Amino acid sequence: MIHYVMIFVQTFVAVALAPALVGFIRWMKARLQGRRGAAPWQPYLELWKLLGKEAVVSHTASWLFHVSPFVVFGTSVVVASLVPLVAAPADPLIIGDLFAVVYLLLLGTFFLALAGLDTGSPFGGMGASREMTVVALTEPTVAMSIVALALSAGSTNFGQIIDRTIAEPSMALGPGHLLAFAALFIVTLAETGRLPVDNPATHLELTMIHEAMVLEYSGPYLALLEWGAALKLLVFLALAANLFIPWGIAVTLSPLALAIGLVSFIAKLAILAIAVAVLETRVAKLRLFRVPELLSASFVLALIAVMSTFLAR
Amino acid sequence: MNTAGAALVLMAGGYAAGACLAVLAPSQRAARFFTAVGATVGCVGGLIAAAIVLASGQPVEASFPNLVAAAGGMVIGLDRLGALFLALVAAVGFLAAVYGVSYTAEYENRSSLRLFGLMFNGFLLGMSLVTCAANIFTFLFAWELMAVTSYFLVITDSEDADTRQAGLWYAAMTHFGLVLLLPMFLLMAPAAGATTFADLRAWTPTLPTATRDAVFVLAFFAFGSKAGMVPLHVWLPRAHPAAPSHVSALMSGVMIKLGIYGLVRVMFDLMSGGPAWWGGLLLAVGCVSALLGVLYALMEHDLKRLLAYHSVENIGIILIGLGAGSILHGAGLRALATIGVAGALFHTLNHACFKGLLFLGAGSVVQQTHTRNMEEMGGLIKTMPQTALCFLVGSAAIAALPPLNGFASEWLIFQSLLAGPYIPRLEIAVGFPIAVGMLALTSGLAAACFVKAFGISFLAMPRSDHAAHARECHWSMRAMMMVLAGGCVVLGLAAPIVIRGLSRVIDSVPLWAGEALPPSPRLWLMVPNGSAQVSPLLMAVLLTAIGLIALLAIQVRGLRIRPTDTWGCGRISQTPRMEYTASAFAEPLRRVFAELYRPTEDLSISVHPESRYFIQSITYTSHVVPWLEKAFYDPVTRGAQALATQVRRMQAGSVHLYLLYVVAALLVALASAWWFR
Repeated sequence: MIHYVMIFVQTFVAVALAPALVGFIRWMKARLQGRRGAAPWQPYLELWKLLGKEAVVSHTASWLFHVSPFVVFGTSVVVASLVPLVAAPADPLIIGDLFAVVYLLLLGTFFLALAGLDTGSPFGGMGASREMTVVALTEPTVAMSIVALALSAGSTNFGQIIDRTIAEPSMALGPGHLLAFAALFIVTLAETGRLPVDNPATHLELTMIHEAMVLEYSGPYLALLEWGAALKLLVFLALAANLFIPWGIAVTLSPLALAIGLVSFIAKLAILAIAVAVLETRVAKLRLFRVPELLSASFVLALIAVMSTFLAR
Repeated sequence: MNTAGAALVLMAGGYAAGACLAVLAPSQRAARFFTAVGATVGCVGGLIAAAIVLASGQPVEASFPNLVAAAGGMVIGLDRLGALFLALVAAVGFLAAVYGVSYTAEYENRSSLRLFGLMFNGFLLGMSLVTCAANIFTFLFAWELMAVTSYFLVITDSEDADTRQAGLWYAAMTHFGLVLLLPMFLLMAPAAGATTFADLRAWTPTLPTATRDAVFVLAFFAFGSKAGMVPLHVWLPRAHPAAPSHVSALMSGVMIKLGIYGLVRVMFDLMSGGPAWWGGLLLAVGCVSALLGVLYALMEHDLKRLLAYHSVENIGIILIGLGAGSILHGAGLRALATIGVAGALFHTLNHACFKGLLFLGAGSVVQQTHTRNMEEMGGLIKTMPQTALCFLVGSAAIAALPPLNGFASEWLIFQSLLAGPYIPRLEIAVGFPIAVGMLALTSGLAAACFVKAFGISFLAMPRSDHAAHARECHWSMRAMMMVLAGGCVVLGLAAPIVIRGLSRVIDSVPLWAGEALPPSPRLWLMVPNGSAQVSPLLMAVLLTAIGLIALLAIQVRGLRIRPTDTWGCGRISQTPRMEYTASAFAEPLRRVFAELYRPTEDLSISVHPESRYFIQSITYTSHVVPWLEKAFYDPVTRGAQALATQVRRMQAGSVHLYLLYVVAALLVALASAWWFR
């Protein structure tokens, strides 16, 4: 029972924290670019404002357009409840492993892409087409990273992967682990629509992917989509942090362990967020047709990670 | 006679009655009804027989030695493995038959529905018999019955030259398979009088390795040509679009699965498995089929041909599961091997469910819009809402999205592939992670492809007048689709229970006996060593709960919706020409995989005679050339034609010459009989 409460609370924390993560990255980017920038809590104000506005919906749109924001938000929250955040999940309660996470996120993307096509706007179609291309090409890298992790832990359950890494710290510095981390980080950038794959700050039709899909959305629907996207970013960063550097995560449910878990979780997120912000100020967006090269590079990294784990056995 | 036997008699009687009544029907309209009545009675019989055998595990056996005694008579034997496939035939057959009553109405003026009824019932009988056959003659008879009747079903619309062409391809490929089946059984049979499967099962372990390998290779290509694996898949994208849609649903949902059935029967049951390279071949060909199938599907704008290519993909996925299971079993990892085989059999069920659904959905759309070209559809979600919902469920299921059934079976296959590294031989183990990567890419591309298929066909504004005037199809057709859509959901949510049932089926095959999966908690799919678990039902519950909470939270603040035009950068009005097309949607992936597609592009611009700055029209055409197919089949067809020209010389029209042939053939037969005695 206490485990269920724990999962519920940490999912709630993640949902509450997600807008702050996006705000923090934006603020950090602004500072790095020499601007003052909006405060990190600005996204909360934006979400509140959007939730109070009316939704403008195209005549062309069908019921799918109304359902998709809920599917996107729902899948993000379910995924957040599956992955290890503050505490490592206990085995018997797990309702999904790494593959479930990947395919749940694909479910959200599937509906979002359909919603993009639903209004008949060429922007939406363009975004849907590009998003599905990028997502399809990231799948093998994600799967390969899963193999690399599962190989060393003998499992795709989060709890077992974390236990194994904590038990054998030398593994975290092995080439397999480091390469898989690099591959997963590139995938994180691609899946969450960050530079150099997509630019979250653009509204120029030639460059946008995610923003083009959600162009027709407004009001509460847009708020759900933005919140879902922020949560997806948090989940990916949490995966990268906790699967590869699990130390600090609460493996027992004592108050002290949980406090350490929460602090280390926020600290790890902050470090990765700063990394994303620094990267986004240093690199330019890739041409769309150069993106597959980046993704195949990440696939090769993951493949080498798997092979090196093989040879190291 | 026991109940199951009686049900089998009912099944055969139903199909036979349906065939006869359809032929004798007073009108085309009556023929439509009689076809369906016979077929549904037959399918109910088949379902009852399959259910009894699946539940009790007690095989039904019967033999009719006097029926074609020269060939060993007919022997019927329905065990659990056969019953699983019989259930598949009967269930999809039932739905397709009922759907067909309304669907074939438009064929009344074009084709003979009496012939159609005969062939439709014959086809169902052939497929059902394949699953019950227990000696070589019965199997080959049923196999050929299935092939010949389905050929006639494919060319139902024989006015069309493309359809006749498709029929030719289909007939050639299916007989290529039959030609390989004959020597395969010849190699396996111990003696002329001992041709039952029980005889073969006892005899095959004594065969030398080379013979066993030859049997496997023959079985692989023979059944592979029926299943539609690459490179023998060429008939699928031709025959499926040509056939009436409910026949496509049967062929793609069930008939190609009988290729898988044959492979499992021969490779794992009659031959009791083999060396690692057998499984390796399945795994490799499975990966290639899956990936090439989905890649070609992406470039297709013919809705039914797109679905046909996806059948190639899904057969690939099933082969991956079987191959992984076979290799793991050979390496002694028997519990993990069961996961792979269970995943493959589960995917077989699932594919029948969602592919049947998608073909029926495509049929309704084609009936209403009179086109298979997705670029001329659009907006159907408003005019055909129920068909659209069913098609959406099928699309999500085939894209392996949780919590639907495609996800559950692919998850199992992924888990069996993750077990690869436990194999002690490194050179085999290394192949498994690569298969994981290819399978993941396949499912990502499948998701992209079905966003295209559903999004372009059903969403946004109608792209043609036909699409604008489409109406919801007849209720009987919709009801059948809803049954299948419900099946996709139930098979997904109840996956752990289905797997329990499948593990009993697997247990009934002697090779895998004693390896039933350990009972897992009711809600969870689990890997036997406890290394991974997933619960589709709980995922669905969570997802629904969170969606409802979000909706409630928004409603509390008041959700106001203002309908208006799509935003268009200040243009006056929106037309369908502004929408993204299927070609445009697939363009990025066409560029990424340009090396595979090798698209040919043709751009012609006509300008005004007065000035070249006034452009009158721009025509752009682009084709994807399946060069692999061309490279492989062009020489074969050319060779066959050259040979046929040579052979034609023998046909001189002289009776004397023909008598000489007869005498010569008789002498050769006698001489060889004397020689080999």
